Amino acid sequence: MTFTAFLFYSFAAVTVAAAVNMITIRNPIFAALSLVLVFVSSAGLWLLMQAEFLGIVLVLVYVGAVMVMFLFVVMMLDINLEEMRAGFTGPYLWAGLLVAVIMAAELIFVLKGGNFIEVPTVLHPEGYSNTKELGSVLYTEHVYSFEIAAVILLVAIIAAIALTFRRRTGTKHQNISDQVKVQAKDRLKVIDMKSERKS
Amino acid sequence: MALPDFLNNYWILLPEWMRLVVWTGIKIGMILLPVIICVAYLTYFERKAIGYFHSRKGPNRVGPWGLGQPWADVFKMLTKEIVIPAKSNNYLFIIAPVLAFAPAVAAWAVIPFSPTMTLANINAGLLYLLAMTSLGVYGVLIAGWASNSKYALLGAMRSAAQIVAYEIAMGFALVGVLMVSNSLNIGDIIEAQSGGITGWFMWPLFGLFVVYFISGVAETNRAPFDVAEGESEIVAGFHVEYGGFGFAVFFLAEYANMILISALTAIMFMGGWMSPFSETGPIGQYLLDIPFLGALLGDGFMWLALKTSFFLLLYLWFRATFPRYRYDQIMRLGWKVLIPVTIVWIFGEGIAIALGWKPWL
Repeated sequence: MTFTAFLFYSFAAVTVAAAVNMITIRNPIFAALSLVLVFVSSAGLWLLMQAEFLGIVLVLVYVGAVMVMFLFVVMMLDINLEEMRAGFTGPYLWAGLLVAVIMAAELIFVLKGGNFIEVPTVLHPEGYSNTKELGSVLYTEHVYSFEIAAVILLVAIIAAIALTFRRRTGTKHQNISDQVKVQAKDRLKVIDMKSERKS
Repeated sequence: MALPDFLNNYWILLPEWMRLVVWTGIKIGMILLPVIICVAYLTYFERKAIGYFHSRKGPNRVGPWGLGQPWADVFKMLTKEIVIPAKSNNYLFIIAPVLAFAPAVAAWAVIPFSPTMTLANINAGLLYLLAMTSLGVYGVLIAGWASNSKYALLGAMRSAAQIVAYEIAMGFALVGVLMVSNSLNIGDIIEAQSGGITGWFMWPLFGLFVVYFISGVAETNRAPFDVAEGESEIVAGFHVEYGGFGFAVFFLAEYANMILISALTAIMFMGGWMSPFSETGPIGQYLLDIPFLGALLGDGFMWLALKTSFFLLLYLWFRATFPRYRYDQIMRLGWKVLIPVTIVWIFGEGIAIALGWKPWL
């Protein structure tokens, strides 16, 4: 077994174990952290396939930003573990089973069809820049789909803000530019008066 | 490198992959050890410098000029009892300091120390750095949650929101750098700044340079952005439950991050190991020909060290000068000031590159 193969099998084992752990574990914090581990080890797998741009961007975007937000929200939840352990019955069970059956059928259908072709690993020459290749394809051949994706994301951002933003009345807030512009004479009045004496 | 014969015999006996592992381990040690020693003396320098800012003397009891102080601190920390709060999550509580420290040192892998010295000269070095610096927040978040303490959780929440906000400005500032240098490789970015002090990116990208360093200070949770610790409000923030060794590792991570950000600012905007005098410049052409002094003033590690030290001094200077930001002011600065500045600057830069203006070529 070469060193690369050893690395591949270790990353693959960690990925699978963390993915199973993520689904089976009860505590949502541990589930989120397992998902982080899945992302990091899949980034390692991508690096082994010489896709360094995708691998590092996976860590940067998903681990560095998205999962931080996830954890941020999950940590603020008041988690009652007892309640989560109880009850996996009722309508949810049937809905879950239905989805599971459909997913399993789809997987079997895809895997049976023999759609897997063995792709030989292409060893790129030294000085080959994955990032540059990706950029030149993305901005020439697929520029329209790329820009449409960007616009959809922008719409989603604006929609998310518009849906959750409620103008509440009676809130207090500061006007920063007024605070910055304030002068000493606006706040402080020095008056000239004679000292008084109790008669 | 020539090894003695008997060692060389053993070395050849090792399988190929083990030689790779051992050799990489040695290289990692050669970077890690100096970084840790730098951290130790940075704490000394900080206390001494802030002491003089306050017209005090700073530590001066252990050894000559107090130079033994860091070691006294280290041994104190290491020999203290490790206390784990009863209702904390043991596993995460112990792993959190490690998660804070690991990315801080992993990022050093792609830093070029001199024209020929880099551990890993990878193509996507800049992206790797961004990814590593964004991982540091996990240590803080997990520490805050695992401690099972209100103050710790509040500190972790503050820190997470702050780091997410400032990371965007930081990333955009680096986008400006990569647009000018046309490469993600750190070595190429430094090479693109050749030609003496006027070639450095800090002049055409001055706004991004300032934004980058401010965001760097905020990312490392240092004063005046240190609300994650905020001792007057939430005691010590995310590491309130840590003592002894756990605290020491957090401390190490914070200072290693400070050195990293300073080194990165020096590399991205001030030419890294490049000398400010170029061989063709007005002064450099005479200066670099002087027998001994010329070699000392030419390109090399000392310039990187000097520039990094300058930014570290700025860190301490900020701490001694500015009062702590209020939390809403931090958010406002990050989202409403720094990010728009970077976006406008990148837009202008893009136009300049498209028109082919000289400073951007």
